[in-house]
Amino acid sequence: MSATLEATAPGRFGEYGGAYVPETVVPALNELEHEIPVAMADPLFLEELRGWLTDSAGRPTPMTYAGRLTQRVGGAQIWLKREDLLHTGAHKINNAIGQVLLARRMGKTRIVAETGAGQHGVATATACAALGLRCVVYMGAEDMRRQALNVYKMRLMGAEVREVTTGSQTLTDATAAAIRDWVANVRDTHFVIGSAIGPHPYPVLVRDLQRVIGDEARADGLERWKQLPDVVVACVGGGSNAIGMFTAFIGDADVRLVGAEAAGEGLVCGRNAASLSIGTPGTLHGTLTYLLQDGHGQILPTHSVSAGLDYPGVGPEHAFLKDSRRVEYLAISDGDCLDALKQLCQLEGILPALESSHAVAAAMTQAAGRRPDEIVLVCLSGRGDKDIDTIRARVPELG
Amino acid sequence: MATAFASRPPNAGPGVIPYITAGFPKLDDTVRILREFELAGCLAAEIGIPHSDPLADGPTIQKTGRLAIDNGMTLGLGLEQASSARAHGVSIPLVVMTCFNLIHAYGLGRFVFDAVHSGVDGVIVPDLPLEESLGLRAICQSLGLAFVPMVAPTTPDSRIRETCEQATGFVYCVSVTGTTGARQNVGPEAYDLLTRVRNCTLMPRALGFGISGRAHLDSMKGACEAVIVASALMDSLWERGHADAASTVARFLDEMLRDPT
Ligand SMILES: Cc1ncc(COP(=O)(O)O)c(C=O)c1O
Repeated sequence: MSATLEATAPGRFGEYGGAYVPETVVPALNELEHEIPVAMADPLFLEELRGWLTDSAGRPTPMTYAGRLTQRVGGAQIWLKREDLLHTGAHKINNAIGQVLLARRMGKTRIVAETGAGQHGVATATACAALGLRCVVYMGAEDMRRQALNVYKMRLMGAEVREVTTGSQTLTDATAAAIRDWVANVRDTHFVIGSAIGPHPYPVLVRDLQRVIGDEARADGLERWKQLPDVVVACVGGGSNAIGMFTAFIGDADVRLVGAEAAGEGLVCGRNAASLSIGTPGTLHGTLTYLLQDGHGQILPTHSVSAGLDYPGVGPEHAFLKDSRRVEYLAISDGDCLDALKQLCQLEGILPALESSHAVAAAMTQAAGRRPDEIVLVCLSGRGDKDIDTIRARVPELG
Repeated sequence: MATAFASRPPNAGPGVIPYITAGFPKLDDTVRILREFELAGCLAAEIGIPHSDPLADGPTIQKTGRLAIDNGMTLGLGLEQASSARAHGVSIPLVVMTCFNLIHAYGLGRFVFDAVHSGVDGVIVPDLPLEESLGLRAICQSLGLAFVPMVAPTTPDSRIRETCEQATGFVYCVSVTGTTGARQNVGPEAYDLLTRVRNCTLMPRALGFGISGRAHLDSMKGACEAVIVASALMDSLWERGHADAASTVARFLDEMLRDPT
C-alpha cells in the first residue's frame, strides 16, 4: 500500500528523501538496504522480533477511552493509543529492538545512537544490554541537563553517553556527532537512528518498525467501534511515532490525519521547531526534507519545551505527506502543550511526555465541535516521568 | 586543472593542495591566503565554504567553519572572493568544497554558472555521492566546471570504477575511514585505496584527510599525484594566525614544501 507513496526512485518520497552522505558510509547503507528485505522476509527473524516486542517490550499496547477529557472538551470521543505503557516508556523501543536485532544479524558488534529527550537513547541502551552489544549514545549538553534522569538510566544499562558541546547542544548536534562516529567506525558499528529521518533506507526502516502502532490501533478500533476513527493525531519530532501511527490509515481516505509539531514560543519569533509549518526544503543529516534554515542554507537554532521535538528537520515522508495534503500539520505552542499535559493528568490520571502532550493538545482542538459518535484517536507516544523537572519549573504552583 | 597535474615533472613527488575555510580567521583573509598558496608553489587550492552542520568534518574544520559563518561567510561571498583572488593574480586551479545544502539553497544552475564566472575550476561536495549527484554533474559538465568525486577505503572496486568514470579534474581519495583531522601516519588502507584507484582510472589521485606535513609528503612519493592539507594548516592558523594569517600560511607551506637539499 505504502509503495504507491514512494514515488519515482527508491528511497524517495516524491522529491524528498535520498541519501546525502559521505562516500565512506554509502557501502554500509547499501548493505543495510540489501539486508532489510531479506530479514523482513525471514520467518525466524520476524518471530524473534515479535518475541522481543511482546515478551520484553510489552506489546500490544492498550487503547484507553479518555472519558473525562472527552466530557471536558465536549465533542468527539478521545481515545489514546498507549505507547507510554511500553517498557522504557515510549514508542522508541519498537525501533530500537528491531534495529539492534538487525545489527546483530549483520554481524555488527557496536551500536551508536543519537538522542534528544533521551527516550531513544534509553531504548537503544536497553536493547543493547538485552542483546549484548556495545552502545555509545551521543547527546547534546543542553539535553543532558534537561533530561538528566535518562542520562543516568542509559549509564545504568551499560551505555556510554558522550556529551556533544557543538552548536545548540541539542538533538541536531547529537545526530551529526553520531553520524561522524559511524563514518569513523562503520565496519563494526551500526547507527541506530531514533526517528524516521536520515539517509535512505532509514526513513523506510524506522517506519516499517513503528507501523505496528497504527496496525494494532486500526485492528483494535475496528473490533471495538465497528468503524474507523474519524481523526488520527500524533506528535511530530523527526516523525517516527506519527508515521508509525499514520501508515495503517493512509489508504483510508475518510480518516483525517493530523501531525502536531512544536510551535515553541511562537511561529513568528523564531523560537520554535515547526519545520513543516514554516520550513523550506533542503538537505540535513542525509535527507532532503523541510528544514528550518536561513536563505544561505545554514540550519537555524530551534526551540521547544520538549527535547524530543526540538529538531530543525523532519522525516522526508512527512514532507511528502504535507505537500500531497494527505496529512495536515499543526503547530502547538509550549503553553498549549503544558495545558494539555495538566488536563490529562487531572482528568485521566495519565502523565504524558511533553512530546506526546502536543498531540493531546491537537486532539482536543480536533475533538471540539464534533459529534459524540465521532472518534479522535491519539498516539500517546510516551510517558512524562522524564520531564518532571521541566514541568516543575513551568508549573511551580504545585511546589 | 588537467594541465596543472600534467605539467609537473615526471618524478616529482605529489603536488600540494592546501585547504582554506573561506572567511577564516577573518572574513577578508581568504584572498591573501590564496596568494600565499600560489607563491608557495601549490598545485591547486581548495576553498571550503562552511556549513552549520557538517557530517564529514572533524573538530578543527568544524570550529573554523563556525567562526567563518559568524564572520558572515556565505557561498555567494566565497565565490566573490575566488573572483577577487583571480583579479589579484592567483592562477592555480581553485576548487570549491561545500555541503550540498548550500548549493541547493543557492540554486544548482546559478551556483555552477557563478562559480565558472568567478574563475573556479572545480567543485567537491562531500555529502553528494554518485547516486545523488546526477543533476549537479550534468550542469557542471555543460558549463565546464570539474566535478571531483570522493572515494573512501570502504568503497568497493566496482564502485570506484563507476565513480571515476564520472570524474573530471582529479579523484579525491579519502585516506581514512573517518572524519577530517590531522593524523600521525598515513595508514595501509590509504595505500591500498590509492592502488585500487590506479587500477580503475588514469585520473590524477589526490589523497586527503589527515595529511599534516613534510614527512607525509615525502612518504607519499610515487603513491599519488597530490596531497590535500587541511586540518593541520587550519590548526596552525587557529593557534597562530589570527593576527597575521598570510605569514602563518607562508611559514607552514615553506616547512612543507622547501627542498631539503
Ligand atoms: C515520547 C516521545 N514522543 C515523540 C518523540 C518525537 O520523536 P518522533 O517524532 O520520531 O516520534 C520523542 C522523541 O524523543 C519522544 O520521546
